[in-house]
Amino acid sequence: MTTSFATFGHELYTGKRSYNFVNSKKIWFIIAAVAVALSILTPVVKGGFNLGIEFRGGSEFTVSNVSTTDAALGERAVHEVVPDAIPRVANVAGNTMRIQTDQLTDDETNRIKDGLTSAYGVTENEVTSNFVGPTWGQDVTRQALIGLVVFVGLAAVLMALYFRTWKMSLSALVGMLVTMFTTAGVYALSDFEVTPSAIIGFLTVLSYSLYDTVVVFDKIRENTSDITTSTRRTFGEEVNLAVNQTLVRSINTMMVAVLPVAAILFIGAGLLGAGTLRDLSLALFVGILIGTAATIFIAAPLYAWLRQGEPELVKQAKKVAHRRAEATV
Amino acid sequence: MARTGPKNSARRVLTWLGAIFVVLTAVLAGGVMTGHASWAPKLALDLEGGTQMILAPRVEGASDINEEQLNQAVAIIRQRVDGSGVAEAEISTQSGRNVVVSLPGTPSKETRDLIQASADMNFRPVIAAGDPAAVPAEQRTPDDKLPKPTAEPANASDNNWVTGDVVKEFEALDCVNPSTEKRDRSDPAKPLVACEPATDKTPAVKYILGPVEVKGQDISDSTFSQVQGAQGSVTNSWGVNIVFNGDATAKFKAVTERLNQFYVAAQAQGTEDPKSQFAIVLDDKVISAPRALAVITDGKPQITGNFTQASAKALSDQLRYGALPISFEIQSQEQISATLGGDQLRLGLLAGMIGLLLVVVYSLFQYRALGLVTIASLVVAGLLTYLAIAILGWTENYRLSLAGVAGLIVAIGQTADSFIVYFERIRDELRDGRGLVSAVENGWKRAKRTVLASKAVNLLAALVLYFVAVGNVRGFAFTLGLTALADLLVVFMFTHPMLQVLARTKFFGEGHRFSGLSPDRLGAVPLYRGAGRLRTPEDKPTPVRPRNAGAAAEAERRMTIAERRLAAKGQLTGSSNGSKEEK
Repeated sequence: MTTSFATFGHELYTGKRSYNFVNSKKIWFIIAAVAVALSILTPVVKGGFNLGIEFRGGSEFTVSNVSTTDAALGERAVHEVVPDAIPRVANVAGNTMRIQTDQLTDDETNRIKDGLTSAYGVTENEVTSNFVGPTWGQDVTRQALIGLVVFVGLAAVLMALYFRTWKMSLSALVGMLVTMFTTAGVYALSDFEVTPSAIIGFLTVLSYSLYDTVVVFDKIRENTSDITTSTRRTFGEEVNLAVNQTLVRSINTMMVAVLPVAAILFIGAGLLGAGTLRDLSLALFVGILIGTAATIFIAAPLYAWLRQGEPELVKQAKKVAHRRAEATV
Repeated sequence: MARTGPKNSARRVLTWLGAIFVVLTAVLAGGVMTGHASWAPKLALDLEGGTQMILAPRVEGASDINEEQLNQAVAIIRQRVDGSGVAEAEISTQSGRNVVVSLPGTPSKETRDLIQASADMNFRPVIAAGDPAAVPAEQRTPDDKLPKPTAEPANASDNNWVTGDVVKEFEALDCVNPSTEKRDRSDPAKPLVACEPATDKTPAVKYILGPVEVKGQDISDSTFSQVQGAQGSVTNSWGVNIVFNGDATAKFKAVTERLNQFYVAAQAQGTEDPKSQFAIVLDDKVISAPRALAVITDGKPQITGNFTQASAKALSDQLRYGALPISFEIQSQEQISATLGGDQLRLGLLAGMIGLLLVVVYSLFQYRALGLVTIASLVVAGLLTYLAIAILGWTENYRLSLAGVAGLIVAIGQTADSFIVYFERIRDELRDGRGLVSAVENGWKRAKRTVLASKAVNLLAALVLYFVAVGNVRGFAFTLGLTALADLLVVFMFTHPMLQVLARTKFFGEGHRFSGLSPDRLGAVPLYRGAGRLRTPEDKPTPVRPRNAGAAAEAERRMTIAERRLAAKGQLTGSSNGSKEEK
C-alpha cells in the first residue's frame, strides 16, 4: 500500500497522472456557489445558529454520575423553581445529564442546582451550574463578531502583502471566504452548538487554510515564473500541475493536523459529551477538511481563470498549441 | 578550516540546550522549595472545580467606570472576600470593565451575597473605644448591670445610644482575630459596634459608634499632602485632605463643634476622650478614627496622624472612591463541580496521549529509525513546554484550562510537521548525491527558512487569536503560541544537532535499511515531502540553486548517485520505481 501511494505521489509529480482541477473549474465553482448560497440561506430559514449559552445568556447545568438518565427528573426540578421555564434536558454522554434553560436570575439558578442535586441523587460536588446574564451574553457575542471581522481583515491584508498581485490575493481571499461560509453552513445545517470554543477553532482553521493557500500558490508562482518564454504548457496547465504536485503535500499536512484533532474529537464528543473539547475539535475537524478542499478546488482554478484572458498568456497558449500540433506532424 | 566542524558545534548546541533545561528546572525547584510554586502546573477552574463570578461594577450616576474606580472596586471586593475567610480567592479585572472573582469550591449564599453587595461608606461619631480582644465569658457584664437608657439620645454622641444589647455585642466582638461570619449590613440610624483593623504602627481597636452623621457620598474630593507647620513650613508628616460638598459642610461643622468640645474638655484634664473621634466606616469596618482637633467650618478637614506617604495615599483613595456608591451586577457565574473538572482533566490528557501515539506511529512508519529522533524531539519539546507552564503558573499565576490542553494537543501535529519538513529536505539532498553529513548541513539551510516561516505564521495567528478570543478560550491561543516557540527552540537546538551527530554514525551514515535514509527508500518518492521543492528527474527540474545545478542535472539524467553507488555495491533492489522515469 505504501509503495502504491508513493507511486501515486510520484506520478502526480511528474505529470504522468493528473487530475484536472483547472479545466473542470466550472463544476467546482457551481458547487461552491451552491454551498455558499445554502450556507447563507439555512441560518436565515432556520432562524439562526444553535448558539451556546455564552452567547444567548441563560443557565446550564451539568450533572455527572447520575444513577438514572431520566430526563423528566431534570424537567421537574426546573419547574419546581420556575414553573414556566422551558428546560432542555439531554443525556450528553455516559452518566452525564445536561439541562439548559433560558434567562433566569442568579438566585433561581442556584435553587435549581440544589433541586437537581436531590432529584438525581448526586452530591453537590457533581453538579455544575453556569449562569450567564443578558448583558454578558451580548458582550460576548459582540466581542466574537469583532474578533471575526478583525481576523478576516488581517488575513486579507497579509495575503495582499504576500502575494502582491491582486488576482492572486483575490483568489486566495475567495477560497478563504468559501471555507468560512461553508463551515458556518455546516454548523447551521447540523445544529452543532456554536460556543466561544467553536469560534476560536473556526479562526484557527482560517489561519491554517491561509498557510495552505500560501504553499500552493508558492508552487504555482514557481511553475509559472517564466511562463511567457516556455512553450511546454499553457498557464492553466502549469497551475494544474502545481496543484497536483502539491496535492500529496496538502493531503499529508491535512492528515498530520487532523490526527490529534480527531483524537480530541473522539474523546470530547464521545466520552465527555459536550464542552470545550468537543466544540473546539469539531470546528477544527470540519474546517480543516473544507479548507484543504477549498484551496485545491476553488482558489487555484479561480486564479487560472482570472489570468487566462491576459493578452500575453493568450499568445503563449497559441504558441503551445502550435508546438503540439507541430510535434505530432 | 578555522571553523569548528559541525560535530563540535552540534555538541556545543546540545550542551546549551542542556544548560537551559538545568536553569529552568533549578528555577522551578527553587520556587517549590520556598513553597510558592509547585511541580504541577496550576489548573484553571474548569479542570479543578470552583466558582467564577464576573461582576460589573456600576457607579450610581455615571455610565462608565474608569480604571481607578475599577481598582477601588477590586480592593473593596478583595477586602470582603478575605474577610469572609475564603482562602485562595483570585480577583482580577477583565476588559477594563469587569471584576472576575474566582473562588475554589462552592461558596455559600452568604459569601455570594456579600461579594455582590454595594459598597457603603459613612461617618459615625465614636461613643466608646476599647480593647480589641473579646471579653472572656466570665468577665462579661451580667444582665442586671447592663445599662438601660430610658431617655431618647439627644445627639449622635449621646451615651443613651448604648443599650444592653450594644454592650453585649461590644463585649462579644473579637477584633484581634476577626470572625469570618458575615453580618448583615448595619442600619445607619442605629449604633454600630465595629473594629478598626491593626496596622503596622497601631494595634486594632474596638469601637461603639453612634448613628451615621455624614454620608460618604457627600465627599466631593480627597487628596493627600505633607502637613504644613504653624509657620507655613512643610513638615515631614503626611495628611489627608477631604473636601465635603455644600450640604455636608454644615453637617460636618455641627459634628466637629460637638466633638471638639469633648476634645477640649479632655485636654484640660490631660486625657483623651474617645468621644472626640469620628470614625470613617467602610463596609462596617472602621478605616480611620481621627480626633476633631478643631471646628471645621469650611468643610475641608485635614486628617493627620501616623501617616506615611503610602498610607496617606491609601486612605485618600479609599475616601475618594469609597465615597462612590458602587453596586455590583452579576454578569455571569460558573460553578464547576470538582467531579466534572477532574473528568475533563483526565480525558483531556487521554486525548493528548492518543494524539501523540498516532503521530508517533506515523513517524516510525515513514521514517523508521529517524522516527525515534522525532519522538525524542517531541519529548524534549513537551518537557520544555511543561516547565514553561509550571514556571508561568508560579510567576504570572497562569492557570492551564481545558482550552489550553486542547491547544497543546493540536500543537503536536504542528510540531511533527516541522520535523518532517527537515527530514524531507535531507532526503532531497541525498538524492542529489551528497553524502549524509553534508546533506544534513545543506538540508538544514533550506529547511530552516521554511520552518521559520511556518512558525512565524503560527505565532502570528496565536497572537491575534489571543487578543480576539472571548473568555476562557484565550488559553488555546496561549498554548498554541507557547508550543510554537518551544518547537522553534527544539528544532534549532535539538533535532538539528542530533542529526549532525547521528550522521557520523555507521547506522545512519551508510544508510542502513532501517535508518530511514537508505537509498532504496530514497529512490521511491516518499509519502510526505514537506513544504517546497519536489524533485523530478523527468520534467524541467524545479529551479535549484546554481550550487546544486550540476548535481541536479546529473541526477536528472540518471539514478541518484547514492543509488548508483549502491547498485555498484550490488545491493540495490527494485530500482525500477526509482527517480528515473522509464520512457
